[in-house]
Amino acid sequence: MSLLQRSASLLLVLGITFSTPVTAAAPELNLYSARKEALIQPLLERFTEQTEIKVNLVTGKADALLKRLSSEGRNSPADILLTTDAGRLHRAKAAGVTQPFNSESLNRLVPANYRDPEGHWVGLSVRSRPILYVKGKVDPSELSSYEALSDSRWKGRICIRSSSNIYNQSLTASLIAGNGKAETENWAKGLVANLARPPKGGDRDQIKAAAAGQCDIAIANTYYLAGMLNSNKADQVAAAEKMAVFWPNQGDRGAHVNVSGAAITRSSKNPETALKLIEFLASEASQQWYAEVNGEYPVRQGVAVGDTLKAWGEFKADSLNLGQLGELNGEAVMLMDRAGWR
Amino acid sequence: MRVNYWSASSSAIALTLAIPLFVVVANIFVPAGEVWQHLAETVLRDYVVNSLLLMLGVALLSLTLGVGTAWLVSMTEFPGRRMFEWALLLPMAIPAYIIAYTYTGMLDFAGPVQTTLRELTGWGYGDYWFPEIRSLEGAAIMLALVLYPYIYLLARAAFLSQSLCVLEVSRSLGNGPWRTFFSVGLPLARPAIAAGLSLVLMETLADYGTVQYFGVDTFTTGIFRTWYGLDNAPAAAQLAAILLLFVVVLVTLERYSRRQARYHDSGRRKSPLTRLPLRGWGRLGASLFCLATLLFGFLLPAGQLGLWAIDTYEEMIDQRFATLVFNTLKLAVLASLLALVTALLLNYARRLQPNRTVRFAVRAAGMGYAIPGTVIAVGVVIPFGWFDNTLDSWMREQFDISSGLLLSGTLAALLFAYLVRFLAVSLHAVESGLERITPSMDEAARAMGERPASILGRIHIPMLKGSLLTALLLVFVDVLKELPATLILRPFNFNTLAVRAYELAADERLADAASAALAIVIAGLIPVFLLSRSLSQSREEKK
Repeated sequence: MSLLQRSASLLLVLGITFSTPVTAAAPELNLYSARKEALIQPLLERFTEQTEIKVNLVTGKADALLKRLSSEGRNSPADILLTTDAGRLHRAKAAGVTQPFNSESLNRLVPANYRDPEGHWVGLSVRSRPILYVKGKVDPSELSSYEALSDSRWKGRICIRSSSNIYNQSLTASLIAGNGKAETENWAKGLVANLARPPKGGDRDQIKAAAAGQCDIAIANTYYLAGMLNSNKADQVAAAEKMAVFWPNQGDRGAHVNVSGAAITRSSKNPETALKLIEFLASEASQQWYAEVNGEYPVRQGVAVGDTLKAWGEFKADSLNLGQLGELNGEAVMLMDRAGWR
Repeated sequence: MRVNYWSASSSAIALTLAIPLFVVVANIFVPAGEVWQHLAETVLRDYVVNSLLLMLGVALLSLTLGVGTAWLVSMTEFPGRRMFEWALLLPMAIPAYIIAYTYTGMLDFAGPVQTTLRELTGWGYGDYWFPEIRSLEGAAIMLALVLYPYIYLLARAAFLSQSLCVLEVSRSLGNGPWRTFFSVGLPLARPAIAAGLSLVLMETLADYGTVQYFGVDTFTTGIFRTWYGLDNAPAAAQLAAILLLFVVVLVTLERYSRRQARYHDSGRRKSPLTRLPLRGWGRLGASLFCLATLLFGFLLPAGQLGLWAIDTYEEMIDQRFATLVFNTLKLAVLASLLALVTALLLNYARRLQPNRTVRFAVRAAGMGYAIPGTVIAVGVVIPFGWFDNTLDSWMREQFDISSGLLLSGTLAALLFAYLVRFLAVSLHAVESGLERITPSMDEAARAMGERPASILGRIHIPMLKGSLLTALLLVFVDVLKELPATLILRPFNFNTLAVRAYELAADERLADAASAALAIVIAGLIPVFLLSRSLSQSREEKK
């Protein structure tokens, strides 16, 4: 015990020296965010300007932030957890670190499948993952659905990143929800057999590889394509301009989408203020910002989007409740392991 | 009594530092469900095989580069030697994932090299063969290029301090320079080389950024896939515990294989070193070998980063950038000093009292280096959260006041994590220096009535100057580059250069990440210069 005491007192001294106490008096909000600083800070600054509520930010990987949140328990300073996919929000709810909230405006504005049925989280931007093809090499009439990509006519023509990436896990989870496990496993095997190269790199990489001629089809989130199109690097623009967007599964359940979203933590001392920030992020101006700065789709109807997104047209999105993606995520990973999708 | 105090306090410190590891290992007892069967049936074999191959590749390459260049610059004379002596340390300042991104940007199918090749020849995809940078081999090369300086640094210090008499005896017996190297120089430097190599291998095992980007499935990517993807944190921690076990076996084997050998030198004043002047092809070869190492490990990637930074710095270097630099340097200075003091204390306690408890505690404290930073960070978050909340509950019960979170989310927690993760580095550096000081010095001083603390201050620290600086430098640079623990543990609104570089690079905005990455490299140059100056000075003094 003397060992523990000694080290504890040492740490205590260090802790008191270094810790910056968070006072409860001033209205402040603390965010744990899986969205990177550059993709959220400007909005937070706007919020502070308008409301004089200071917002403190820590960014990191969603699961690590979740671990920090649950270890800190009821004393955690965090008020809001921001993630870049619905599965992690579902996980946070399952871990019991969130609290339900009820906002009339959010209920009205955000479609029900982008919200937790019990009100523990809400989506704030929509991220679509359609099929991108090289203009001139693929006729859009050859394309139809994700399912059809396992057809042998695409042998050696598809680029997609590793299945360790959450977006592929979510995509596969949505296929499991749509078609069941057995069929999806066959699909994954077919897809793997059609890959032009072993999965590597990120989404932009797949687009670049397709543009350079390594494959004819890339599966990637549209905001990466938007980012390349609006880049100030000539080579990125040139690569992106060779690609076109195809919205799959328009005849049935719709194209796969995910959301970035927010939950209010169970430890939050001021959930009303936290809700205020979430409602601010869902406001028309913020939604436009998401679309303009990062090429994500607004989560609500009737928000004007920039030319890049407009050019890709309207599409039907999968109406699956996104909490399902979280529930099926583990199964999706195991299935991809078995299918040899690395 | 004095001696007991040393061993008790050092054991306490070492065991405290080992808590995060115990937290990870404790997961062995948590049932993880059927996931193990799934892993064993599908991916586990790949994880193990790839990790072993990667270690083998990195070991061979970094030994060749590190030991080869160290021998050349410390024992021979050739054009550019004085410059190479310090310049060869430079690659150390580049984070492994940054060099991986940079080379990919240059050499990938869609990159400038291959695009130019296609434009010149009219070839298309599949018409020609080009080495695939994003592969297991590529990952081994990337890691070796930035990790060999660990071996170089420790091996060079060992070569420089080798008794000239021994080497001259070898030469006078008619052995050529090669023979002298392999039969005398190399075996004598073995503890230092082994220390460097084990750092390299531990860092290799802990690497996530490079292998993940290259699509190489190693044990580390498996840990994160199991945690993030399968949402099975216990199974992920069990994988990490296996990794740890593997490192323990490795380190033990190395120690066992030289169990009887001792590497002290007499500590007599050394005669000035006469470097062997190389001639002809040897001269050219030595220059080229060092140049190529420097070129691929530093000049090319740093040059590419520089080109990108020129494009983007106006946008990327804002008012906040100065804060990033300041935060980064503050953490690096504090952590490297803390690690140095701790390493000196632990090593010295072990020297005074090499009993089982101390030895175990020190070993355990030095294992954090092989564990991915994120796993260590979770091992810190959990006990700190437990401590804070237990204290808080107790305070509420007793005094009806809440103490809240005292440690969680503070810089102290972050510094603690750095210490856990990087103590191995300073431990090894100090240990390899301390091993060369003969215990008869301690005994003589003790016989004259000196106390252990004053022996440490008056004899060992002055003699260890080079090793201590090495320890300081290595941890300093490691903290500059550190990402995963910083990400999870840092306080609100606190960013570092590595966090900035990573957030941009992870979004595949390499050019935008270049300014921050280059700033890390530049900050890393400061201690490199200091160290190389002091090392060459200590050499001069001996003349």
